[in-house]
Amino acid sequence: MNNAKRFDLLRMLFAILVALLISFVLIFFISEEPLTAIFTLITGPFRSKRNLGNVVESMIPLIFTGTGVCIMFSANQINLATDGGFHLGGLVAAFVVLKFGLPGGLSPIVALFLAATAGAMFCTIPALMKVKTSSPELVSSLMLNYISQWFCTFILMHFLQDPSVGSASHKLPENSALPVIVGGTNIHVGLIIALVVAVLGYVFLYKTKTGYELRLTGENEAFARYSGINIVKVILVSQMVGGIIAGLGGGVELLGPIYPRFSWMALLGYGWDAIIICTLAKKNPLYTPLAALFLAYLRTGASIMARYTDVTLEIVQITQGIIIMLVVAEQFLSGMKHRMIAKEARASLKEEEVA
Amino acid sequence: MLESLLSPEFFNAILRATTPILFAALASSVASKAGITNMALEGIMLFSALFGVIFSAMTGNFFTGLLLTMVIGGLIGWFLAFFVLNLKTDEILAAVAINLIATGGTVLLMLAVSGDRGSSTSIASFSAPRIVIPLIDKIPFLGEIISGQNLMTYLAILAVIIMHLFMYKTPLGLKIRAVGENKNAAESVGISSRKIQYIALILSGVLASMGGFFMSGGYMNMFTKDMSAGRGYIALAASAMGGNTPIGASLVSLLFGAAQALANMMQLTDIPHELIQMIPYLTTLIGLGVYSYSNMKRRQKLAGK
Repeated sequence: MNNAKRFDLLRMLFAILVALLISFVLIFFISEEPLTAIFTLITGPFRSKRNLGNVVESMIPLIFTGTGVCIMFSANQINLATDGGFHLGGLVAAFVVLKFGLPGGLSPIVALFLAATAGAMFCTIPALMKVKTSSPELVSSLMLNYISQWFCTFILMHFLQDPSVGSASHKLPENSALPVIVGGTNIHVGLIIALVVAVLGYVFLYKTKTGYELRLTGENEAFARYSGINIVKVILVSQMVGGIIAGLGGGVELLGPIYPRFSWMALLGYGWDAIIICTLAKKNPLYTPLAALFLAYLRTGASIMARYTDVTLEIVQITQGIIIMLVVAEQFLSGMKHRMIAKEARASLKEEEVA
Repeated sequence: MLESLLSPEFFNAILRATTPILFAALASSVASKAGITNMALEGIMLFSALFGVIFSAMTGNFFTGLLLTMVIGGLIGWFLAFFVLNLKTDEILAAVAINLIATGGTVLLMLAVSGDRGSSTSIASFSAPRIVIPLIDKIPFLGEIISGQNLMTYLAILAVIIMHLFMYKTPLGLKIRAVGENKNAAESVGISSRKIQYIALILSGVLASMGGFFMSGGYMNMFTKDMSAGRGYIALAASAMGGNTPIGASLVSLLFGAAQALANMMQLTDIPHELIQMIPYLTTLIGLGVYSYSNMKRRQKLAGK
């Protein structure tokens, strides 16, 4: 690791620290018992095996959407439809296990396959619109998220609804649930799938020709075009792969042990969380599990804090926002970086003089 | 159905639904003309909707509430400008961060002020009044549409005219357009692009905050969680489709306002309301596609292909 890289890492840790400090100050303002709240936020996840399990379990959707966004953003395709793709993936998985009546082993596999397909088709819409009509994918994907949300609610209320519960589907069959792998927690097979996806995402982006083309286009589209890279293919492939991962993530999340029924009425926001994951992982899918661990820890701590004290969960969104701001602010601490580089240069000059 | 579509009430509803989008679209147009995509509109509107309620309740009248809210909008615009221009933050990611902070921050703040997580019903706020224009309200049909609107709606229409004059008839407007068109060329004739972009983003924040204020003090009489519901994003599309000009943006906003009003009215029919809720977003998506496509064809024609 060279000095510039080490500095980037330190800068990121410092940004996280500053964001946490600002959040703590906020807690002091809004809470009657700020010290208890902060203590609960930090130590809560360690209080029981179940809580620790929750940390690991809530990493799973974050790894999926984070990896998807890493791939799309690496190609500089600012497609924010991951949120809607994830939602749609969950709906499709629920639909398959409720309506298809497939045998136990096959049911979740078909459900996940179709969830990924739906996610892929959904997230490719902005790409197709960009290629065919040159619409900016940013705006079209934002609209699609709302369309996905209402479409899924429509299907839920008119095809899957259990009238005795109201706004939720019938109970998902037990035989299609993803098995728990650590007893006494909610950690399920989805974790393994998520980690495999993160590694495959890394291999795709950094070890294949298509991945190289994606990253080159992301760095400099004009250069990529002049070197003969098919930009249309890059646009389509990057968003489709991102969509596959988002849809799969939604399916895995729904078939995990937390949701006995499909009851998602509002977008879950994992698409937005993915942006902070992608920022912290520096667009490298291999680091998404680490970034997801951090965010999941913060989330779990905050939800325990919300349960036992008067500080609500929303504080985390503020922390997240500040972290994104500071980590992507290129000039944050740049003065220090310049001084460090200058010092190094002087040192090496001196060495040369001595020699 | 057709009868209610042609009634003055429906046109009234269109203007009401257009107002917040129109302010935000104007906000987006001035930022875009200066070369910056202001996706933080969504967060600015959300913050302003809450601050509008708080400030008007605190000061006891809507007007000071509106002015203070506009200051908040300007401050958020300045904050965005500081990060994007001084700290070289990616403008989209900075906006995502601001919107996240707005989503969580408004709920926290509302909880602290009113003790309620969902809506601000316990805060006695003041809304902008409806204005009846004498004489005009006597004209049949047209009078019923033009008169009796919320003050903010008239302000929005006024803002379109002012922004048009500002962008095309003043030296500062020319500088904003010059910076957006070609930053280096503008710099070469002595325009400080940073200063101009600061001004544009602050102005953009102020305009968006007026839209946010109307959401909770006119369109509705309280703040509810996530009440901007993507209007900031719709405004981005409206502005882009209007060629980022104030007049173009306002015409497209009217189209989306109509879609929203239609959706509101169709709630009364048998069509599932989930599908109706999609209408504004679907209209925006299709409109964006059609506009971008014709734009692309025109450019290709100009390029002689």
